[in-house]
Amino acid sequence: METFQQKNIRKRKLKNSILHIVLASIIVFSIIMLLLLLYQVFSEGLSRLSWSFITSMPSRFPDRAGIASALAGSIWTIGLTIIFSVPLGVGTALYLEEYANQKSWWTKLLQLNIANLAGVPSIVYGMLGLAVFVKFLHFNRSILAGALTLTLLILPVIIVASQEAIKSVPSPLKEGSYALGVSKWQTIVGVIVPYAAPGILTGSILAVSRAMGEAAPLIMIGAAGYISFLPKSPLDSFTVLPIQIFNWTSRPQAEFAEIAAAGIIVLLVLLLSMNAIAIVLRNKYQNRMD
Amino acid sequence: MKSLTKKIVTLLTFALVAPIVLTACGGQTATGLEGEIRIDGSSTVFPITEAVAEEFIGLNPDMQIPVGVSGTGGGFKKFIAGEIDIADASRPIKDEEAAAAKAAGIEYLELTVAFDGLSVIVNKDNTWVNNLTTDQLKMIWEPGSKVQTWKDIDSSWPDEKIKLYAPGTDSGTFDYFTEEINGESGAIRQDFTGSEDDNVLVQGIAGDKNAIGFFGYAYYEENKDKLKIVSINDVKPSPKTIEDGTYTPLSRPLFIYVNKASLDKKEVMEFLKFYIENAKDLATEVGYIQLPAKMYDDQLKLLK
Repeated sequence: METFQQKNIRKRKLKNSILHIVLASIIVFSIIMLLLLLYQVFSEGLSRLSWSFITSMPSRFPDRAGIASALAGSIWTIGLTIIFSVPLGVGTALYLEEYANQKSWWTKLLQLNIANLAGVPSIVYGMLGLAVFVKFLHFNRSILAGALTLTLLILPVIIVASQEAIKSVPSPLKEGSYALGVSKWQTIVGVIVPYAAPGILTGSILAVSRAMGEAAPLIMIGAAGYISFLPKSPLDSFTVLPIQIFNWTSRPQAEFAEIAAAGIIVLLVLLLSMNAIAIVLRNKYQNRMD
Repeated sequence: MKSLTKKIVTLLTFALVAPIVLTACGGQTATGLEGEIRIDGSSTVFPITEAVAEEFIGLNPDMQIPVGVSGTGGGFKKFIAGEIDIADASRPIKDEEAAAAKAAGIEYLELTVAFDGLSVIVNKDNTWVNNLTTDQLKMIWEPGSKVQTWKDIDSSWPDEKIKLYAPGTDSGTFDYFTEEINGESGAIRQDFTGSEDDNVLVQGIAGDKNAIGFFGYAYYEENKDKLKIVSINDVKPSPKTIEDGTYTPLSRPLFIYVNKASLDKKEVMEFLKFYIENAKDLATEVGYIQLPAKMYDDQLKLLK
């Protein structure tokens, strides 16, 4: 005869294993979807991937077409976006967490706005970029205008992620620093930023990866679909990988779908190597802290 | 920390200096033509302009010709703002756009570069539709259309629900079709599947026995084995019927609009001459239909 407690325990164990199965199948499902996607892209694009594909300019002949200009454009745009967005984002987060009066209505309003901006669709940032950077500041359809637009797009994400990382710095560490008579700025540079660096880096890299995959806001500000030269300065016209890929997928000829897949592989490799850099940097900081 | 900062500074310096050095080492002009021609506009015209730019740059390596794809409307906006030299357009300029250009002091030249035959397409297994009249098309697509099944169009056709596919509302293709068939640009019934990507329409129609849709002839040409093309008013679209104008009203001209102020620049003038002289071959190569030879001569005369 089972007691009430035994029954109860059995029931809880059953619930536990059901949930286990449900959660496991969810992750299996997402991995299968990812693998399917990768399989399709690789089976279609791998044969088109070659050194000359990387170093050639786009062409109306799929056999001769390459992604040199789009790759260079992407690297330029993302490079500038990182230079603009990370210092601005981390700076804002430090101000909000360490300097601003948390209780004032002004800070609360700022917080609310940043959280809302993180959810604004990217095309809206494209329109903003078109009005402010392209027309008002006369940067025209340049890499600079594109990078600034993408900066606006990912800034809220970087700020929110950095804030979370800064919040997670244990207060005994900070207080220990203050107790030694160290100034606020020195505490930030010497204690808070190094401790929060892994979190800040993870957030920033995720945000930058998102920027790398954006096409819509850049089409809005007038990034070109066909570029046959490598950009030489931030004021040059440009195109980026996602636009070039989109452009190829919308062609009627099946060969263009294949080179689009090859372009996707290049974009994936670029994204993965950025993530790898982030992981290396993160581990470096984490080891130092431990 | 120190060494990392140092590395970053070195990298940044390199990134800033390298382009300057590279520019300085750049090759000398072979033909004397250099500069930038800025083009934007229709994604339908894009493949032709891209092909022309590719060939032109092959002959004049110091030219830079970025071609954008903001759509016909988006291209005209930039054109009116004076940001670009040439606008690709898959429909003629609208009255309000022409008025805005005038107000902004922009004078322009319209050049026709090729034809595109908008094709009405059904599924391969559709045995009953071979021909539609313009009136029947209007019956199907007009706003508030009563057509729900094939039988509603012709009583001898099956009593099965008709599925509609059309290009996205931002495209010149959509504007042109609605203008020609429904009499007003943008006027259309609401219950259709739309996509900015014509390949999606191809997939949709190929996989649905009761589907009907329309898109550019090039997309039919590439997917002939999967689709069936419908004659309009008893004329089947083909390069011949589109070129000689018997396929009507869905054969449409494709244009480029040139800012007259840009014509003073030698490189723009040369590019345009090259464009018209080679449009015949290049347009055909990327899937469009050439104009009759006489029309190209007329365009060249317009330029001079």
